[in-house]
Amino acid sequence: MTGGIDFAAFRSEPAANALVGRINRLTERAGGTSERPIALMEVCGTHTVAISRFGLRAMLPPGLRLLSGPGCPVCVTPLIEIDRSIAAATMPDVIVATFGDMMRVPGSHRSLESVRADGADVRIVYSPMDALEVARKNPAKLVVFLGVGFETTSPIIAATIVAAAREGISNFTVLPFFKTVPAALDMLAAVPGRPLDGFICPGHVSVIIGSDAYLPVARDRNIPCVVTGFEPLDILAGVVMLLEQVVAIREATGSAGVAVQYSRAVTPEGNTTAQGLMDDVFAVYDAEWRGIGVVPATGQTLSKKYEMFDATKRLEIDVPTPVGESGCICGEIMLGRNLPPDCPHFGAACTPRSPVGPCMVSTEGSCAAFYKYEQGWRSGDPDGTEEK
Amino acid sequence: MCLAVPGRILEVEGTKGRVDFNGISREADLTLLPDAEAGDYVLVHAGFAIQRLDEAEARETLKLFGELAEALEQEDADRSDRESS
Repeated sequence: MTGGIDFAAFRSEPAANALVGRINRLTERAGGTSERPIALMEVCGTHTVAISRFGLRAMLPPGLRLLSGPGCPVCVTPLIEIDRSIAAATMPDVIVATFGDMMRVPGSHRSLESVRADGADVRIVYSPMDALEVARKNPAKLVVFLGVGFETTSPIIAATIVAAAREGISNFTVLPFFKTVPAALDMLAAVPGRPLDGFICPGHVSVIIGSDAYLPVARDRNIPCVVTGFEPLDILAGVVMLLEQVVAIREATGSAGVAVQYSRAVTPEGNTTAQGLMDDVFAVYDAEWRGIGVVPATGQTLSKKYEMFDATKRLEIDVPTPVGESGCICGEIMLGRNLPPDCPHFGAACTPRSPVGPCMVSTEGSCAAFYKYEQGWRSGDPDGTEEK
Repeated sequence: MCLAVPGRILEVEGTKGRVDFNGISREADLTLLPDAEAGDYVLVHAGFAIQRLDEAEARETLKLFGELAEALEQEDADRSDRESS
C-alpha cells in the first residue's frame, strides 16, 4: 500500500479562514443581508451535527443563514410508527432489534427503553446483519428489525433481507419506515413562507443514489444543489460552491445546477449495486414525514417478492390513535421556517433528558445538536455572544 | 444516522473484509462493493462498506484547500507590508 489520505488535513484552520473569507465576499456580492439573508439548507443529520459541533454557523456572515432540514430519519418517523414498534416489542415471542437512536424516542405513552426495562426483549445492534444473527440464534422467536433510514441505510437492510432469503431465515423481519431524499427536496424547495437559495445535499445518501439524482430539483426549481462531505472544510467549501451559483443566478450569468464537493466519495451515478438491491427489495409509496405530512413517492416498503420479511404482514400490530406532543415546532424547524432557539420549549421544557418533540430526541436532531453545541446562538446574534 | 467512517481494507474473504480504522480493525460486509480489494479506502456505514474513496480526488481537494490557505497568507503578508510601508 502506498500514499494514503491525510484526513486530519480536512480540518486545517488556515484553509478554513480562507474559505470563510471567500464566503464573506460571495455573500456580499450576492446581496445577502441580515434582514434578507441567503438561506442554504442541509438535509442530513450528520451535516446538522457537524455544523453545530464545529461551530460553523458562528463563523458565517449575518447575510448567510444555514437552515436545518428534515435530515434525521428518526425525527421524521411518525409517532404511530414509534407506537407500533413499541407494541411489537411487548408481544410474546418477539425480539425487536434496532439501531440505538430509536430507544429513547417517546411514543404516545412509553419508549422502547422503558418497555425493555419492564422485560421486553429489545436489542440494540450496530448492523442489520447483527439482527440477522439474533434471528439465526433464536429460531423460535420472530425478530423485528426497525427499518429506519434514508438511502444510506436502506440498501444495507435490503442486502440483509436478501441474505435472510438466501439462507432461509424466515423468522427475520423488518418494520419498514424508510424514506428517500430527492422528492423530499422538491417538496422543500416549494415550501411557502421562507426563501431558500440552495441545498447542501447529503453526502452519504448521495454515495448511494449519485449526484445526478438532484438534477430535476436543480433544473425544475432553479435551486443550486451541492453534494458536500462532512469535515469542516468540506462544508465550508460546499457553501462557497453554492454561493458561486447564487451569485451567478442573481447576476443572470448562470442557472442552478448540481455540483459535487465530496468528489472523493460521490459519483454522478452512485453505487449501482446498492440501487439494484433497493429496486429488487423495495416498493415505493407515499410516506408520511412526522411534522411535515405525506410526501409523494418518498417511502420504501418491501416489494411483493420479499413481503414475507415485512413485519406488518406477520404480526397484527394495532395501536390506538397516537397522543402527540403539544406546542412543539419541530415541523416548522424541519421545513426551514424556524431554528431551534425560536421554539418556546427549547432548553426549557424540552431538553435531551426530557424531550418534548422528535428533533430533541435523536442526537442528530436539529434541536439536540443546537442544545449540545450552540446554546448561545440566536437569530441575529451570529457570534453567540448574547446572554441566555 | 448516515454516519459513515473511512477505513482501509486489510484483507478480503468472500463478501467480508477486515477494515482498519486508524489502528482498530473490524469486519465489514462488502456485498455493496463487490470488487473491493485490499488496500482500498472505503466508507463503512452500519457494518457495510458503501463506497470506495478515491485517493486522487481526496488529494486534489486537499491541494485546493492548501492553495487557498497559501493565497490567504500571501494576502495577509502583502497587507502587512503595505501597512508597515
